[in-house]
Amino acid sequence: MESGTVSLSWSRTIGLWLAAIFTLFILSFLVGDNPAYKFAEAMVVGTSAGYVMVIGLWDVFVPNLLGKLAPGLVQSFALPGIEGTHQEFWWLYFIPAILIVMLLFQLMPSGGWISRWPIAFFIGITAGYRMIGYVEADLVAQIKAGIVPLIEFNGDGGFALWPTVNAFLLTIATLSAMVYFFFSIEHKGLVGKTARVGIWFLMITFGASFGYTVMGRIALLAARLEFLFGKWLHFIPSQLDFSILANLDWILLIQFM
Amino acid sequence: MYQFLKNLDRRWIFLSMLLAVAIPILSRIVFPEVVSKQAKMVFDAVESLPEGSNILLSYDFDPASEGELLPMAQAFTRHCSVKGHKQYYMALWPLGSPMVDKSLDTIRSEYPDLEYGIDYMKFDYKAGGEAVIRMITTDLRGMFPLDSQGVSLDEIPMTKNIKNIQDMDLIINVSAGDPGTKQWVQFASTPFGITTVSGCTGVQAPQMYPYIPKQLAGVLGAIKAAAEYEAAIDESYPEIAANPKAQEAKRRMGPQLVAHGLMVGLIIIGNCIYYVGRKRGDV
Repeated sequence: MESGTVSLSWSRTIGLWLAAIFTLFILSFLVGDNPAYKFAEAMVVGTSAGYVMVIGLWDVFVPNLLGKLAPGLVQSFALPGIEGTHQEFWWLYFIPAILIVMLLFQLMPSGGWISRWPIAFFIGITAGYRMIGYVEADLVAQIKAGIVPLIEFNGDGGFALWPTVNAFLLTIATLSAMVYFFFSIEHKGLVGKTARVGIWFLMITFGASFGYTVMGRIALLAARLEFLFGKWLHFIPSQLDFSILANLDWILLIQFM
Repeated sequence: MYQFLKNLDRRWIFLSMLLAVAIPILSRIVFPEVVSKQAKMVFDAVESLPEGSNILLSYDFDPASEGELLPMAQAFTRHCSVKGHKQYYMALWPLGSPMVDKSLDTIRSEYPDLEYGIDYMKFDYKAGGEAVIRMITTDLRGMFPLDSQGVSLDEIPMTKNIKNIQDMDLIINVSAGDPGTKQWVQFASTPFGITTVSGCTGVQAPQMYPYIPKQLAGVLGAIKAAAEYEAAIDESYPEIAANPKAQEAKRRMGPQLVAHGLMVGLIIIGNCIYYVGRKRGDV
């Protein structure tokens, strides 16, 4: 069915309605657990798992493993863009191939112990990788970033009040929060008081996190409602000029309260 | 009143939240945004680069965070496109790849002069998280022998001279979790000194701020920062300001304002009920 340059797309229309119906199914959980919600939940899990499996096969397994072990074969049937010849040390890729096969033994009734070896290998590699990252970026670099001059000066040599306050706050917050997590000494006296200050800083941090989380969740709800009211029901006009509201300073004030 | 509020069915609260979000959406109210220092830092990181700079954009999020992160991702795309930067897209999340496609659609529809392979290109998803980042910092082709269309990197004009991501002038990471900004900081920006900015979910934002300014050149935390970034772009590029599609994050700040007001009200009422209850010995 065509009218001018606009044409009806059945696949997009069905997709749109399915997206809207599944959104409503998921939101129906707010009223109470129900079969529609369960159905939508199962569909999400199933389709996500299927999608990830296919993507993993064609984007990772085929080009990065099969393409290294049998480049000519992969070039002929799947990826014409890759080089059809073996690279140097290509045989090293047999090691991950063997580990994959060993991992599949987990599905066997007996011989499950064989899968523990590749799992141990992956855990070891991951732990090592992460340790390097954390030590370099989160320990050393953060200690370095935490050592700041307590008294700050402007470019013209004058005393800079707020940067100095910031530097003091940073130092006090870092030290007191660390003291709170120092459980080898009983939290009494000076240590107890410092730990209490640390708790306050931690609570403020958690409060900020909570506020940010609320903002995130509301953004997600707003996106779904925009989809339902806009693309699905066409309740939202395509363009409205509310620029007059944008000039009202009181709105700006409320927003920053 | 106390008994009424104490026994109030929580579904009324859900309904009030639904209305608090829906009414501003239906009324299409957009509030003005003042660009914060954080958003300005991110804007400057993209803006200060000369035309034709190499920018790697990693979309490490999926449809579950689309409502919060896609507006800022699209803002990055528009900003990089209007500046004429070379854009290299990738995703460390399997469902990040369709998110990248949305940005490529934006380029194709709004910047038809830009050409695939010359001005922008896309790598497919690769599993491995930090291992992928670690590898492409030294050997891009070892992990990505081909682009997403199955073309060898040596045949693509914008990738044939790229050995690894140390050749990038800026990394932009849009992150919803792990792998995400933390891994880019740990394995790319800190050890190799590659300038990196992050746009992340609100949940992650407080964990990312300590990385500023040495390990991250800026952070956009949640939809509020995305709206400020849009405002910063609008101030410099009137053609983007005139595009209603480029105001998505700003549009979503209307529901935020009303819903946050409701949330604050509910927290106050909840505490009042608690204190009255404690006074009466109900708690």
